[in-house]
Amino acid sequence: MKGLRFSRKQLGIPYALFLICFVVAPLFVIIYYAFTNGEGQFTLANFTGFFTNPNTLGTLCYSFALAVVTTCVCLLLAYPIGYILAKSNLKKKGVIVMIFVLPMWINFTLRITALKEILTMIEGNLAYHPFLNSVIGMTYDFLPFMILPLYTTMLKLDNSLLEAANDLGANAVQTFFKVTLPLTIPGIISGVVMVFLPSMTNYVVLDMLYNSTYIMGSLIGSYFSAYNWHGGSMIALILLVIILIFTLCTNRFEDDDAKNRGGALL
Amino acid sequence: MEKNNSNNIIELRNISRVFEDGFAAVDGFNLEVKKGEFVTFLGPSGCGKTTTLRMIAGFEIPTSGEILLDGREISKLPPNKRPINTVFQRYALFPHLNIFDNIAFGLKLKKLPNQEIVKKVKRVLEMVDLEGFEKRKVSTLSGGQQQRIAIARALVNEPEILLLDEPLGALDLKMRKEMQLELKNMHEKLGITFIYVTHDQEEALTMSDKIVVMSEGKIQQIGTPEDIYNEPKNAFVADFIGDSNIFNGIMTGKLRVRFCGAEFECLDDVAEGTKIDAVVRPEDVVITTPDKGAIKGVVTSVIFKGIHYEITVQSGKNEIVIQSTKSAKTGEEVGLNIEPDGIHIMVSETAMNHIEAGLNKSYELDIFDGELDFNITDVLAGSKLVDNVLVDASGNEIDPDKLKIILSVLPEDIEMSDEEDAGIVNGHIINLIYKGDHYSYVVRTDDEEDFIVDDEDLWNMDDRVSLMIPQDKIKYSIKK
Repeated sequence: MKGLRFSRKQLGIPYALFLICFVVAPLFVIIYYAFTNGEGQFTLANFTGFFTNPNTLGTLCYSFALAVVTTCVCLLLAYPIGYILAKSNLKKKGVIVMIFVLPMWINFTLRITALKEILTMIEGNLAYHPFLNSVIGMTYDFLPFMILPLYTTMLKLDNSLLEAANDLGANAVQTFFKVTLPLTIPGIISGVVMVFLPSMTNYVVLDMLYNSTYIMGSLIGSYFSAYNWHGGSMIALILLVIILIFTLCTNRFEDDDAKNRGGALL
Repeated sequence: MEKNNSNNIIELRNISRVFEDGFAAVDGFNLEVKKGEFVTFLGPSGCGKTTTLRMIAGFEIPTSGEILLDGREISKLPPNKRPINTVFQRYALFPHLNIFDNIAFGLKLKKLPNQEIVKKVKRVLEMVDLEGFEKRKVSTLSGGQQQRIAIARALVNEPEILLLDEPLGALDLKMRKEMQLELKNMHEKLGITFIYVTHDQEEALTMSDKIVVMSEGKIQQIGTPEDIYNEPKNAFVADFIGDSNIFNGIMTGKLRVRFCGAEFECLDDVAEGTKIDAVVRPEDVVITTPDKGAIKGVVTSVIFKGIHYEITVQSGKNEIVIQSTKSAKTGEEVGLNIEPDGIHIMVSETAMNHIEAGLNKSYELDIFDGELDFNITDVLAGSKLVDNVLVDASGNEIDPDKLKIILSVLPEDIEMSDEEDAGIVNGHIINLIYKGDHYSYVVRTDDEEDFIVDDEDLWNMDDRVSLMIPQDKIKYSIKK
C-alpha cells in the first residue's frame, strides 16, 4: 500500500505541468513577441503603434463600451431575480434557478442562431442596430454567470439583519440601500467580473449577429490571420493588463470580511 | 395621541397566529404589561414564545386579535413605525459596519445631528462597559461583547419597550449569569419595559417581575416568579419550573390529601374525593427515621450536587426525589415527611381521553380503519336497524352523517408498543411527565389526535409507538 500513497503536493503535479505548458510558457511567448520585431530585435514600436493608431484605439473603446453596457444590463436583470429567488419561500427554488441557468446547457451556436432569427423577425434587418443586437446577444449568453453568484450571495444573507434594520426604523428602501446592497457587493463583483471579461473579447457573438465592428478579440484574430504575430501579441498583452487592472480595482471594493464570506473570484 | 387611563403600556388581546400550513403557533394569547415591567415568556422550544415576541415587534402579523400600545391598536403597523426595539437571538449586528455605525444606525435614520449621535453612542457604550469600541469591527468582538453591542444598539433609540429574544442563549454559563445581573440592573436603571423570551427557567425566575409560562401556543400560567414556583397551576408548569415530584392523589377530607400510600395535611382547599396531582418540591421532603416518617422507603441513589445531595427513595411503586444537605446511604430504610406548606395541590387535568368519531353509511366508525367492533344500536337507546337503515324508537330514519360518537378511554387502559401493527393507531410521544410511580405521556397520532397514556415504563420524547386499546375498555356515547 505504501507505494500508492501520494502527498498532497504530488497531487498538484498534473495541474502544475498543465499550467506551465499552456499558460505560463505561452504568456512568455506573447511577451517576447509583443516586444520584438520581425528580426527578433527588442522594440516598443508595437506598443506605441497601438496607442497612436485611431483604429485600434477605437476598437478598444468600442469593446469597452460594449462590455460596460452588457454588464450593466445583466446586473439590472439579474439582481432582482436573484433576490426574489433567494428570499422566496418556494419549495422548488432549485428548479427555478435551473430554468435560468438552463440556456447554458444548450449549444451556444444554436442559441445565438435562434436569437438571430428572433431579432431579424423583430427588426427586419440586423444591420440597423449592430450595437444593440450585440448587447442583447451577450446578455443572453452571459446572464446566468451574473445570476448564480448573486443568488448564492443573497442566499447567505441573514434575514435577521434585514429585520434588525427594519426594527431600528429603516423602511424597505432604506433597508435595501443600507444593508442588502452593501452585503451583496461580493456577489455583484463576482458577477461583474464573470460577465465583463468575456464581453470584452467574445467576438463570436458579434460575428454571428452580423456586427462587423471589430472588438478586441476579433482585432487580435485579424492581426494573427495577417501573420502579424508581433502586433497581435501586443494587443493581447494590453488586453491582459487592462483586465488585470480591472480585477484589482474590483477587489479593492471588498474588505476582509466580505472575502471571508466568499463570492470573490480573486 | 390617545392615551388610556390604565398604566398598561402594551396589551395583547386574544392574539392568535396560524401559519399557512394550519399550525397555530400562538392561540388565544391575552396579556397586559405595565410600564416598566420585566416580563418573561418562558416555555420549551416551539411553544410560540418567539412568535408572540415577533408579533409585538411587528415581524409577524397576528391572524386574529389586537395589540394595543398605550391603548392604540398597532398589530398591523410595520416594525419601523413602532417605538419598540429588539435584541436578536444571534445579535444580528451588521457585519459591514463598525461598532459606531451599528449603534448609530437607528439614530442616523432619525436624522439626528451628528454631534448628538456621537454623544449618545458614547453614553450607551459606557453603559454596556465597552467604552472606546467605536472604531472596532464586529468580527473582532467576542460573543459577550457582540451581545452588549446588540443591547446598546437597541437601547440607544430609547424605545418604550425592549424585546429580547433568548439574548443569552449563545453565551457560556458564567457569562450568562453575569449578563443576567447586568440586564436586571439596566432594567432598574432605565425604567424601560423589558419583554424577554427564554426557555431557561432559572433565567426567568432570576430576572422577571412577571413570568408567562407557555406550551403549545397557549398560556399555561401568568404570575410572579414566586407564584409560578410555589403555586404551579398545572402539571406542565410544575414539571417545567424547577425539579418536582408529581404524584397522583385524591382528596380524603377537608385540607387532607392522600398520595404515596399516606395521608397528609395540606393548605389547598379542594373538595373531598377530587382526583388531584400533588406537587412536592425535592427540598420540601424531610428525611427521618422509618418509624417517624409518613412514607417509608428505601434509598436507591445518592448524588452529590455541590450545595446539596440529591437522594432518590423508592416507596412501593413511587419514586421520590429529595434534596437534602445531609447525605444518606444507598439501601438504607428511611421515613419521609412533608409539611403542609410543601404540598401543592392541582386538580387533575382531563385524565380521560375523549375521541370524536363520525359514522359511515354502514354505521361503522370512521376512525382506526373501522377496526373497532362497534354497534350503533347499543349506544343509541331504542334505535334499531331496519333493512340496514337506522331508525330511532319512534321509527324515524337517522342520518349517520349527523351523528358523532365520543369514545372515552382511561389513560391507564391504553398500552404502548414499539411494534408498528401491534396496536390500533400509531403516533409519537410529544410530552412526558413523571408522576412518582408512572409516567404520563401525551401521544400524538398520525391524524393529529392527542392521547394521554399512563405507562410505568420510560419511553423517550418523539418515540414512535403503537397504541393498544382493549375494546372492552372503550366507552361510547353520542355527542349531543
